[in-house]
Amino acid sequence: MAMRRSDEAARLTSDAEFHQRDRTIHPPAHTPVYKTSVLRSPRIPLWSLQNSLSEVTGPMFSPEELGPLDNDLLRNYAHDGEPIGEQIIVHGYVLDGNGRPISGTLVEVWQANAGGRYRHRNDTYIAPIDPNFGGCGRMITDENGHYFFRTVKPGAYPFRNYVNSWRPAHIHFSIFGRAFVQRLITQMYFEGDPLIPHDSIIATIPDKSAVERLIARLDLNAALPLECLAYRFDIVLRGSRQTLFDNKLHGS
Amino acid sequence: MDRPSFAFAYLPETPSQTAGPYVHIGLIPKQAGFDIFENNFSGDIAGPSVQGERITIEGRIFDGAGHSTRDVLVETWQANAAGRYNHPADGQRGALDKSFRGWARTGTDFATGVYAIRTIKPGAVVGRKGRRRMAPHINFWLASRGINIGLATRMYFGDEEAANAADPVLNIIEQPERRKTLIAPRSERDGNIIYTFDIHLQGERETVFFDV
Repeated sequence: MAMRRSDEAARLTSDAEFHQRDRTIHPPAHTPVYKTSVLRSPRIPLWSLQNSLSEVTGPMFSPEELGPLDNDLLRNYAHDGEPIGEQIIVHGYVLDGNGRPISGTLVEVWQANAGGRYRHRNDTYIAPIDPNFGGCGRMITDENGHYFFRTVKPGAYPFRNYVNSWRPAHIHFSIFGRAFVQRLITQMYFEGDPLIPHDSIIATIPDKSAVERLIARLDLNAALPLECLAYRFDIVLRGSRQTLFDNKLHGS
Repeated sequence: MDRPSFAFAYLPETPSQTAGPYVHIGLIPKQAGFDIFENNFSGDIAGPSVQGERITIEGRIFDGAGHSTRDVLVETWQANAAGRYNHPADGQRGALDKSFRGWARTGTDFATGVYAIRTIKPGAVVGRKGRRRMAPHINFWLASRGINIGLATRMYFGDEEAANAADPVLNIIEQPERRKTLIAPRSERDGNIIYTFDIHLQGERETVFFDV
């Protein structure tokens, strides 16, 4: 079939392609330890696709789309005071699998309040809603791939899995990267939390060294003296062939 | 942990975790029941200056027991009406519609289980390596409680029979009957064009999901 000129210009260059996702470091879809996954997991193997433009592109966001307080969970929902709880800074870098920083990407976070209650119409846990805490924030990474936000340390809470299942304190993260195949949602845990070894969601990850990479470390150097502690959480999205190889894909 | 310091010590990807039942707080707070951001992302992305045929994609997402879920996050990514993605990796000249990002986000409704995306119908997209065009399609990504790692699939258009029959991605799916799980029939309701795209996470009619 003859190629249109515009098609030729749009051809996918080999360096835009992403490395195959290593699924052994992720939880599989079907994990009976986390009961809800049983009926929500495809049973037929995923069809593996080579990258096309549909995979190597993805939505881009600009800082102008966000408000000035969007990354300050201490203030972005405060009505008549500050939220209750231990104030912390969470920060880190978003990198790709090649170790390159991912600048300008959207990072969104959400969490329970200090008592372990979410501001969500479906959450009925006994801990009270905090009138000054929304529990969500968002930011765009800077030119070095760095992000940071202020918040309160979330509380642990129970959930219906086994009758005495408790979630360790955690913050949910949603990250885009530069392509839709880098899209990732995950959860950040806190160093030293005694619930980590008991959690059914963490237990879905078969690789224990992978679990370690979800645990934020206390970062005393980033703490504000006499004000608040800081935790460091770096995020790695899939790497691409970019700059590694100049040779074209075979065939065309 | 010590790592050998040779050139190809790639960094392993951060592992995925479920988005949980309260994903709406972070990503669609209005559905969670509160108003916090001035500018909210949404499932209605066909603004007045966007070029192309206005369409609504709607459907339900069923679990393995045949129950329609009420808490799934749905994101879509698509090309514009000319078949160009709003992204630097798409090198087609002149076809960019600056008013159209191409990305939408919504959730299945807590009461009805229905999700809806209001957008425009994309054009055919240049295939891998500039070869034949892929049939018009919309990339879907699902995350929720019980989904440990986001699920990727594609929706194709029921009125694009010839293009679908030649589509390189649909054609790699071995069983022709499974290709149908990706094709949304077109209908009209109150003057609006509707494509109905139901997704089955599991079961006899399990949707084709991709490892992309």
